[in-house]
Amino acid sequence: MSTVITVENIGKKYTISHQQREDHSSLRDALAKNLSSFGKKLAAPFLHRSRFPVPGSRSSASHEDFWALKDVSFEVKQGERIGIIGRNGAGKSTLLKILSRITEPTVGSIRIKGKVACLLEVGTGFHPELTGRENIYLNGAILGMGRQEIRKKFDEIVDFSEIEKFLDTPVKRYSSGMFVRLAFAVAAHLEPEILIVDEVLAVGDAQFQKKCLGKMEDVSVKEGRTVLFVSHNMGAVSQLCTQGIILCDGKLVQIGTIREAVTTYTSQYSSADSVDLSLLRHGGAQLYFRLLHLSLFDEFGRPATSFVMGKPVVVRLQIECIRDVSHVELGFKISTMMEQAIHYYVSSWEGMKLDLQQGRHTIEITIPSLLVFPGTYLVGAWASRDGEWSDDNVFPITMIEVISNDVTGYLTKNGVVNNFDKYAFSGGEVYAPSRWNHISHNLLEDQ
Amino acid sequence: MKQKENMPRKETAQQELLIEPNRPVLHYWRDVWRYRELFWFLVWRDILVRYKQTVIGVTWSIIRPLAAMIAFTVVFGLLAKLPSGGVPYPLLVFSAMLPWNFFANALSEGSGSLVGNSNLLTKIYFPRIIIPASSIIASLIELFISLVIMAGIMVWYGYLPDWRVVMLPMFLLMAFLPAAGAGLWFASLNVKYRDFRFVVPFLLQFGLYVSPVGFASSIVPEKWRLLYALNPMVGVIDGFRWALLNGTVELYWPGLVLSTALSLVLLATGVRFFRRTERILADVI
Repeated sequence: MSTVITVENIGKKYTISHQQREDHSSLRDALAKNLSSFGKKLAAPFLHRSRFPVPGSRSSASHEDFWALKDVSFEVKQGERIGIIGRNGAGKSTLLKILSRITEPTVGSIRIKGKVACLLEVGTGFHPELTGRENIYLNGAILGMGRQEIRKKFDEIVDFSEIEKFLDTPVKRYSSGMFVRLAFAVAAHLEPEILIVDEVLAVGDAQFQKKCLGKMEDVSVKEGRTVLFVSHNMGAVSQLCTQGIILCDGKLVQIGTIREAVTTYTSQYSSADSVDLSLLRHGGAQLYFRLLHLSLFDEFGRPATSFVMGKPVVVRLQIECIRDVSHVELGFKISTMMEQAIHYYVSSWEGMKLDLQQGRHTIEITIPSLLVFPGTYLVGAWASRDGEWSDDNVFPITMIEVISNDVTGYLTKNGVVNNFDKYAFSGGEVYAPSRWNHISHNLLEDQ
Repeated sequence: MKQKENMPRKETAQQELLIEPNRPVLHYWRDVWRYRELFWFLVWRDILVRYKQTVIGVTWSIIRPLAAMIAFTVVFGLLAKLPSGGVPYPLLVFSAMLPWNFFANALSEGSGSLVGNSNLLTKIYFPRIIIPASSIIASLIELFISLVIMAGIMVWYGYLPDWRVVMLPMFLLMAFLPAAGAGLWFASLNVKYRDFRFVVPFLLQFGLYVSPVGFASSIVPEKWRLLYALNPMVGVIDGFRWALLNGTVELYWPGLVLSTALSLVLLATGVRFFRRTERILADVI
């Protein structure tokens, strides 16, 4: 089978400018500065072959380079169906935009053999004033179908969309469901050699999604077309695709069968009592440490993701020291689902003096009592040298669930254990024990 | 054996597409040809949309130029009594309004076209020059409607054109040049600096009075005529008048040449600037 897409070292850089406050000594200076920089921008395309200049002159704004994609390379053979998965912000849509030629890569190259059609959005180019019929032609043309092709498939498209009755009403009168069905019907009848689809199945009801998925499968499986599919819907991706690619922070983290990819991806973002940290995004310079593995155990020593409020939790953290490090500080944190920190458990705060030699180490943390209210929380970990910023940190690692418990021994009037259900917690509250005493009782004066 | 090595490799059945930073220019114009059907669909869409859901729809294209013609005739012809060279003043004005309105429509639609179609630009690939090009071509419709009206007015005055009218298409092409050039410039500038959407209406208003629409360019003194021709529409309007009004309005050749040359420069630089902006369009819009 021949290779139809070869992606080599693709990178996409965006320059983010940060405005710094400026004090202009006079309006005249401010104007003069702005006019000269504007003049330079206008002349730039004719003076040198550099990119279109960035807003703000060099002296007044600082620039930060943000690599949305870095060093991405892979090959796609004909007939393969590749699912591209990753968190939001991983670079999936950017990769698709580059493959569809909507934006240019900063470095790298891509070779594509065959006609490409891109579905980055459902209903691209639909004009609300035009009727359904007119929009079918317009949308079809925008997606790359010729007039003859659209005419030939017109009846099929109308059938698929199930909106024959409304074909001649302006699209602005359609309900959102009808809109999606029509848009998808046109898109589903594309017959390119390579199809690139971006999360468009996220709209529409379940039945229609199944229908679309079925049609895409037909198109690709029966006719051997190559498909690149980006989605957060693990079910859809597993059903349709043969291979999977995981993107994380602009880098290609894993490429293999779709099964492997989905398994890896879901284990990160659901609860897992044992997490391979090398697949997650790390922060920090990682000059000394690499966090490798995290395991969670309940009070009985069993691997768990669900813990009882007030009961002990045991955490095992495996790290690798790249070289001998002294004054090591390790930390474990629990935060709300909104990533607001609640508890920090830090080795040096407990008086642990750690000098680690090069190699792998496993550290165990025992939390005697989990002082958070019932709910779901995120956990993270870090490693640093005493007094410095973290050298390697990973957050969030996984989710844990905390269930209620008779922490206080308090029974409600029905004799039922207090499970805190009647209290609304926003997630950051912490349970802390306190002692209460009824001190005095006075009758009212005039009685 | 040696011969075979020197032979170029046989081209694969399918063409290979190469995506890299700084793509070569050759593919672009080939792509534009390949996407010509989409171009016509966009023109069709622009025209349809302009007249949908309007009560009198196409009639606006008749009322507007007629009303302007009446206003100019009264103000410049009757009140100011500017010379018309023996031609009925309404004809003088209307023959200038043909190219001017085309230019004004093309420029205002064209300059906003990229920003107005930003949803397409971020989701679909096609050579982006199709977008301003289609708005400019869609403005031709109004021009053709106006031509019909012009014919009607000429019949009314019993004033029929002679052989020179055959040259009209050439002047139409000349009108196209500054419209396309300025349209591309403003479309590109508008993407990054949104103030340009204020610049265009202002320029057009200013241009309406500076260009010889309400008056004949012959009232400009001889020594200033060359300078006057720096406005590319001067040459175009003179040309239209010459073609339609039996040459009673004379062509000022140096001015015509200057206007054409300027328009060509405007178009060439416009295309170049557009192509440079195009590469970062999806990132900036």
